[in-house]
Amino acid sequence: MTDETKKEEFWRWTEANWKNPDMKLEDLKIITAGIDVGSVSSQAVIVGDGQIFAYGNMRTGSDSPESARNALNYALKDTGLHEDRIDYCIGTGYGRVNVPMADRSITEIACHARGANFIYGPEVRTVLDVGGQDCKAIRCDGRGKVTNFLMNDKCAAGTGRGMEVFADLLSVPITEVGDRSFDIKEEPAPVSSTCVVYAKTEATGLLRSGWEVNEVLAAYCSAMAERIYSLIERIGVQEKFAITGGMAKNKGVINRLMKIMGLEAMKTQWDTQIAGAAGAALFAHTLVERGKGRK
Amino acid sequence: MKANYGYKDGSGDFFISIDTDKCTGCGLCVEACPNGVMTVGEDENDPFSEDEVASVDETERKKIKYTCAPCKGEGKTEPCIKACEPGAINHSW
Repeated sequence: MTDETKKEEFWRWTEANWKNPDMKLEDLKIITAGIDVGSVSSQAVIVGDGQIFAYGNMRTGSDSPESARNALNYALKDTGLHEDRIDYCIGTGYGRVNVPMADRSITEIACHARGANFIYGPEVRTVLDVGGQDCKAIRCDGRGKVTNFLMNDKCAAGTGRGMEVFADLLSVPITEVGDRSFDIKEEPAPVSSTCVVYAKTEATGLLRSGWEVNEVLAAYCSAMAERIYSLIERIGVQEKFAITGGMAKNKGVINRLMKIMGLEAMKTQWDTQIAGAAGAALFAHTLVERGKGRK
Repeated sequence: MKANYGYKDGSGDFFISIDTDKCTGCGLCVEACPNGVMTVGEDENDPFSEDEVASVDETERKKIKYTCAPCKGEGKTEPCIKACEPGAINHSW
């Protein structure tokens, strides 16, 4: 790939892996893994004795088993941990039935609630997950058990992939969308449709009629926020409110959403994209503890 | 748990909600539904529960607006709702 074509990839978000510097492999008794193969991104989280030991977060390819394998290898990289040492592995996400190394699969609804309970703390009661091509609103209790949920995966309006398409259309790197959408004189009216196809047409029209790129971004972010809110509204919001998934990193949408809701979202040091895989790995840990693991 | 199966698209909100705390897994809704929308099995969103509960069949979740249409109309109650003794099923539209 030449440098010139690389520059064209405005949708590209940062892939990352991490190893917990405070944990020593040799001290760990139970090691479990969770692999979340989503429509746009895949994550693997390694949990050692109930704490996150390492994770990897990367883009999903065209092949689910291979994406699961790549994410796991990325998480294991430089940790000294060999895959055979993993006591139990759970697959989750859109491609969960296609995770070859998984001993079992669990729905992303259950895993996101469990993961959010860990990465945001047990006070979290409402979890919003905006993924690549779906949106989930989940209410949960103090143990991360789902009490009410709703998922919209029929229509990708107001999801991560829509934002990627927009970043590309407007030639704005996706990581800058949030900041730039606030770099405007006046908040414009939201675009009338969040449907990726229609919104693209509408944005092209707005640009042609003289709108600035940042204004178009603001109008799209705000339409997405409204769309997401209409979904959360159905299950009812209870504080504290946490957001997982890639969209949690886009303040153009999130700050507007929180303004509509009149709330403040919880904050975390963790990568919000790993919630599903973390939940899966934590479920695996509980299963092993209960004697239901491999062996 | 209140499980909402269905979707929201440009034409509206279409969700069937099942209160799994009320649902006994008896399967009367499965028998009552003329179009195979309902099914009974393990609670896939509660991995540690061993109780069977009703849910909307995975193949139907993205088309219930159409599949459920024949059971809807003025003065009609959907057969799944009518059949459910504990009153665990609800339609959003």
